[in-house]
Amino acid sequence: MVQSQSTGDVMKRAFLAAWPHTVPIFAGFWFLGAAYGVYMNALGFSFLYPTLMALIIFGGSLEFVAAAMLLSPFAPVQALIMAFIIQSRHLFYGIAMLDRFKGMGLKKPYLIFGMCDETFSINYTADIPDGVDRGWFYFLVTLLNQFYWVSGAMIGGLAGSLLAFDTSGIEFVMTAMFVVILMEQWKKERTHVTGWIGFAISLVCLYIFGSDSFVVPTIIGILAALTVLRRPIERRLDRGEDSVPREERGK
Amino acid sequence: MTFTEEVITIAMCVIGTMATRFLPFLIFREKTPTPIFVQYLGRALPLAIFAMLVVYSLKGVNPLTGTHGIPELIGVVVTIALHLWRGSMLISIAGGTVIYMALLRLVF
Repeated sequence: MVQSQSTGDVMKRAFLAAWPHTVPIFAGFWFLGAAYGVYMNALGFSFLYPTLMALIIFGGSLEFVAAAMLLSPFAPVQALIMAFIIQSRHLFYGIAMLDRFKGMGLKKPYLIFGMCDETFSINYTADIPDGVDRGWFYFLVTLLNQFYWVSGAMIGGLAGSLLAFDTSGIEFVMTAMFVVILMEQWKKERTHVTGWIGFAISLVCLYIFGSDSFVVPTIIGILAALTVLRRPIERRLDRGEDSVPREERGK
Repeated sequence: MTFTEEVITIAMCVIGTMATRFLPFLIFREKTPTPIFVQYLGRALPLAIFAMLVVYSLKGVNPLTGTHGIPELIGVVVTIALHLWRGSMLISIAGGTVIYMALLRLVF
């Protein structure tokens, strides 16, 4: 036996370890990606839009919002702030993966670029078997998930123009998606006061500023409210937890 | 929007996204602990932002005119009910959307 494995063997082994983790993502991404493609098509965009946006933005919820922004008056600063805030949870994925991505070499930029929610949760939690290259495992999980999402969006964009029935109302898929994401997050949290703050400030700003320009004031308002109410909110976030977070805070 | 404006808007989305993904690796090169306030925002912000996104996705609904937002309300209730019942993202999203599309055609 030759001691050093060829890159092909290493990749094959990593692929066999990685792809089973991505099967549930495949189902979800094809469904949601295709719905996104059909939605973009219904809004009047060629299939190239959902395909390219899926490829270069690669963040599902923002892509739906981006479609809505493309149909609203041009507001690049709002688009940038909104993108940053919607995606801000990725900051914490990056912090969690700082050490694990060390020494990943050329793969590292792509691992960071492609770290969507689903890819992060697999790479963060998966027990990678001994003998499987960690770098290639991370890389293939990232690549497979992105492939599912982009191909789903492209298929939806193409199929949208072929569908014989009227697709009006498909835009509700974005609302349903955000309702479900909110419910999932709601379940995880000890306190829901932050959710109510989000609702209240959004609705007030929507009323005052109108649907085309309420986002930036809402984000500023939410950040201000969370800053002012930090103590009571933190107390609620910690309620029932053991003393670990409190000790950390003391550092 | 002109094509150039579309390209800029999409580019802003890419830049905003990539900033959130790359910044931690650019800022925290060494083992610096994450600032406490950033940790706090990490816990407190998501729920507020997802609530904002639900409102954003319904921003075009006017309760005073047209269908008064009734199909949207029913669609949201169905989505929530399906999600409480089955807990499957796919079923909840598909079910809520299909009901909404059916309501637009059959009732409103």
